[in-house]
Amino acid sequence: MDVIVCIKQVPSTNEVRINPETNTIIREGVEAIINPFDMYALEEGLRVRDRMGGKVTVLSMGIPSVAELLREAISLGADEAILLSDKAFAGSDTLATSYALSMGIRKIGKYDLIICGKQATDGDTAQVGPSLAEKLGIPHTTYVRKIEAMEEGYIRCQRLTDDGYEVVEMILPALITVVKEINEPRLPSLKGMMRSKKAVITTWNAEDINANKDLCGLKGSPTQVIKTFTPVHDIKSEIIEGTPAEQAKKLADKLLSLKF
Amino acid sequence: MNYFLTEEQQMIKELAAKIADEKIAPVALKYDEEGIFPHDIIQVIADSDLCGVYIPEEYGGLGGGVFEMCLVVEELSRARAGIALAFAGTGLGIFPIILFGSEEQKRKYLPPVAAGKMLGAFALTEADAGSDAAGIRTTAVLEGDEYVLNGTKQWITNGGEADIYTVIACTDRSKGARGFSAFIVEKGTPGFSFGKKENKMGIRASATRELIFENCRIPRENLLGREGMGFLVAMKTLDRTRPGVAAQALGIAQGAFDEALKYAKQRVQFGQPISSFQAIQHMLADMAIQIEAARCLIYQTCRHIDSGEKSISKESAMAKVMASDVAMKVTTDAVQILGGYGYMKEYPVEKRMRDAKITQIYEGTNQIQRNIIALELVKESSSKKQQ
Repeated sequence: MDVIVCIKQVPSTNEVRINPETNTIIREGVEAIINPFDMYALEEGLRVRDRMGGKVTVLSMGIPSVAELLREAISLGADEAILLSDKAFAGSDTLATSYALSMGIRKIGKYDLIICGKQATDGDTAQVGPSLAEKLGIPHTTYVRKIEAMEEGYIRCQRLTDDGYEVVEMILPALITVVKEINEPRLPSLKGMMRSKKAVITTWNAEDINANKDLCGLKGSPTQVIKTFTPVHDIKSEIIEGTPAEQAKKLADKLLSLKF
Repeated sequence: MNYFLTEEQQMIKELAAKIADEKIAPVALKYDEEGIFPHDIIQVIADSDLCGVYIPEEYGGLGGGVFEMCLVVEELSRARAGIALAFAGTGLGIFPIILFGSEEQKRKYLPPVAAGKMLGAFALTEADAGSDAAGIRTTAVLEGDEYVLNGTKQWITNGGEADIYTVIACTDRSKGARGFSAFIVEKGTPGFSFGKKENKMGIRASATRELIFENCRIPRENLLGREGMGFLVAMKTLDRTRPGVAAQALGIAQGAFDEALKYAKQRVQFGQPISSFQAIQHMLADMAIQIEAARCLIYQTCRHIDSGEKSISKESAMAKVMASDVAMKVTTDAVQILGGYGYMKEYPVEKRMRDAKITQIYEGTNQIQRNIIALELVKESSSKKQQ
């Protein structure tokens, strides 16, 4: 079973800072890490391979230094790593990103399952996974919390919903995005870390993957960020005094007056 | 400070630190309070390939030495000393096989330990034989192709949890210290059972138990080295594992210091963080100086031992004494910096003070270590005079 895991570099902080002039994320001075949700995707890919054989290829699009994160993925057990890196990819929105990834995957050729994290912790859009599946013309399921069964050409998984979960069956090849409930990511092994130091990270540019540059990067990105801001939460609270019975009556009256 | 670790040593340290921070620290309090043996964490250490760092490559290890073992112990102990002890106690039980084992013994026992599938333990101490190891009463008598062991070992780290035990027993009382021999005893051997589990002041996640031998018959080939070499096996092993106790003490001290520094920056009294008061600053500075000095001595001692130097007892003892005394001092000061909070179990320093104490006691009390150091100094001085 050949698995491709897509990973993204994100800043290692919950406090993502935005440049108000350009409306882009400030990445300087912040440690870069693998998007935490992608770590669950990688772990699931490794588990599928450990169970069923085959190989795990990690794929990312980004600046050359992302190669270091791909090495980390190799230290965790990934078999191969491919980086899509080209100035033409700069400024990609989710559409352009999924286009470039889809072209990279077409070049890789054979695969059974693609796994992505449910979303990235910087942009939080959760769009690249589904968009990538559409570009490749394969079925997908988002928010997967468990792979129930998997065999040649078939997968059954549980998809997390607000009220519980759905069971979804798909034919392979397919794409899933995973939530953190799916597993607990492993730590690297020493032998993996040694292997990762020597590993060759294959780097492909736009030409290597036959990408149409008009569909890549800023050019291929219809998304325009008009404004980014932190919403102001202006919540007024009121303490209702009195005995529990009085409090209940006052609360009920208040709700009724507000036509709740 | 740059310790000039090799790339591999750096990786070992980083990986052990990751395990400590991500896997041990979040559950450490539970293990201490409930005194549970940390099997699941040992599995994590095994999956990371760290169990075999000090085992030769031909037996499935990574081919490192005492230094690599100490780097792992230091980092794990920074999070919790009791949990690190399952790893360090195995080193103590397995070094006799690395140093004195036959090819067959090495092939049989080292690979499963390197893979993290088996744990080891070392059994020297008895009720009446602590610092004075010559008081050992456990006996081993050769009957045909088997040795028959009788006696009780006390306070054995990893007791009941380990699969492989190196046991020192008396084979010839008339020969004094030369009448002891070392044996490998497997868990599950008929006649080999475990006594009470000790309720300890610190290192509570570590299992400390009695080993009871009642007509326990083991194959003759489980003898390590030759008959009469038991004392030598013990001493040569301890020379190599005392830096492990030192590394454990260092990790405990570092963990306590990190907590004290963090707290001092957060705790506000008289309108400012207590880290701005000189009384606290000097305490922190003194703690850092002692930790750094201990680390330098331990690392250099490890390099000295791993280089193949023959004379290592004095250096090994020095590292153990210094680091354990530092750990006791630093953890006590960390509790002082945290004040009333430091004395409470919800805060993470009293535990380290309790853990630190044992490092001054086990694998030879610090008093015995000073005897060893002084004896070596006198010997060295005499041999210089003769030259």
